[in-house]
Amino acid sequence: MPFSTVLDHAAPASSVAFEHVWRPRSRWQRVWLAVAPLLRKPGFVLALAIVVFALLAALAPGWLAHADPYATAPLAKLASPGAAHWFGTDELGRDLYTRVVYGARLSVTAALLAVGIALVGGLGLGIVAGFAGGRLDTVLMRVIDVMLALPGLLLALAIVTAIGFGTVPVAIAVGVGIVPGFARTTRAEVLRIKTLPYVEAARLGGASWTRTLVRHVLPNAWGPVAVLATLDFGAAILATAGLSFLGFGAAPPAAEWGTLIANGRVFLMTAPWVSLLPGLFLVAVVFSVNHIARTLEENPR
Amino acid sequence: MSRYVIGRIGQALLVLWGAYSVAYFILYLLPGDPLSIMLSASGVEIDALSPAELAKARAFYGLDQSVLQQYFSLLWGALHGDFGESLAMGRPVSSLLAERLPQTLGLAGVAIVLSLLAGIGLGYLGAYVRWRPLRQLLARLPSLGFSVPVFWIGLLLIQVFAFSLGWLPSTGNHGAASLVLPAITLAIPSAAVYAQVLQRGFQGVWHEPYIVTAYAKGLSRAQVQLRHGFKNAALPLLTLIGLQVGNTVSGAVLVETIFARNGIGRLAQEAVLRQDIPVVLAIVSISAAAFVLVNLLVDLLYPALDPRITHAPRIA
Repeated sequence: MPFSTVLDHAAPASSVAFEHVWRPRSRWQRVWLAVAPLLRKPGFVLALAIVVFALLAALAPGWLAHADPYATAPLAKLASPGAAHWFGTDELGRDLYTRVVYGARLSVTAALLAVGIALVGGLGLGIVAGFAGGRLDTVLMRVIDVMLALPGLLLALAIVTAIGFGTVPVAIAVGVGIVPGFARTTRAEVLRIKTLPYVEAARLGGASWTRTLVRHVLPNAWGPVAVLATLDFGAAILATAGLSFLGFGAAPPAAEWGTLIANGRVFLMTAPWVSLLPGLFLVAVVFSVNHIARTLEENPR
Repeated sequence: MSRYVIGRIGQALLVLWGAYSVAYFILYLLPGDPLSIMLSASGVEIDALSPAELAKARAFYGLDQSVLQQYFSLLWGALHGDFGESLAMGRPVSSLLAERLPQTLGLAGVAIVLSLLAGIGLGYLGAYVRWRPLRQLLARLPSLGFSVPVFWIGLLLIQVFAFSLGWLPSTGNHGAASLVLPAITLAIPSAAVYAQVLQRGFQGVWHEPYIVTAYAKGLSRAQVQLRHGFKNAALPLLTLIGLQVGNTVSGAVLVETIFARNGIGRLAQEAVLRQDIPVVLAIVSISAAAFVLVNLLVDLLYPALDPRITHAPRIA
């Protein structure tokens, strides 16, 4: 990008009056420069809005739904979607939209916890393997090969059998299943960056390996890992929903998205919205997360 | 060549052994008290037992031995096809598996064929079509395919094709008609992955010199794509087929539960619900074995399909 166009881009973004002196762009200006073109894409904005809605629902469900998720109304049971009940009601007359919004707290938290476990474990293993090299690397990679040979859901099922049912055990089980993928990606990135000239320069400049790792390798290995984390956030929502659909999630009356879908199965013939609408919401959230990850992947920085 | 094959087989066996050990570790060492899980799985209240009975139960489940002894006796049994006895059903696990396995193999086989057909068809079409809106749509479709939970698709298909239209049975495991909906459900996520990888493969291949040469010879775009592009773009799919076995097995658990089919997947769901540890261990080992076996076959097939690959030791 020629220098003049850089200034042209920067000028409208910053509220500071344009001066004929070159000044380094501030951190916020750089972030804005990266984000602004994305915000012009309607698909990206819509996806972002849906994900923000889900996160908001997880943090403060009371803001988005005013009904009580556990208030039963036997007279209004299995009501079809309408103005009073956006998603209809379930077999006990509970408002499904409210149930979905409150379910976000469990489902999104579980997915975040799973990705958090995967990030910590995967980054740790990947950095150790990529940095240490040699025997330790070989052993760690063999262990990861073994973990990859166990189908994700079955590994999660084994863990759930051992540590019990509930939102947190399910999140742990899903998180452990994602660790190997993270470890591989991180290791590949660390190996790539380790040989780059600036790492060599930092080492020659007298930086310790720890300092090199924290200041030079990690910030640059972060990109692909962040994309993978976003993708896996979607995958984690799906996996935790699958496990709670199978009946290993939170105990009733609390309900995750998977549990809501499972509960509606019985009424599929007479009241299909009870399981299909919460599912549609889940699909919208996961699709949005995947769309964001893909956009970030296609437009790095 | 033979050295490569033997090495690869040895590696596969090692991975399999590792997978069994990981599953054993998770199931037998992670719970604080496997005895209480086992007793509750067999329907006995642990509080109702006297210390003498507890000791007897411990000996019955082999929990009085040291961890290593238990591990080796279980491994030895597994090597002989003996996975112990189901706690909840009181039957040998191997006979349970033998009874349920054909159902799942049939379902998985049909699903894998379907997913390949759909995925390759979609990917091929996506690379061929020039009309921009349709091209965009075909490029985004795979992403939708793996954003949709398997169980939700299953319920949607049941609602539309079984309840509304009445074309196909909603549940059950008899006859070919009952296989259609579960197989389609199970095929969708894998098909999406295949389509996406094939589309990316075409993008990568399109700028290769041999494509230019093919055009220069006077071939049409369709001919170039079919004869020169497809073969090269489709190579990564082979590795993926191996990797998708894991997803198919995972999906089978959900699909069989939804469609009430008597397969391994449903057995797994029931076993976890009852915390039937030996059954879970056996199913995890069997699916790991299937995964390792298919990937071994793919690796052995690769050199035959792509002669450019030499058997230099792969750096992991």
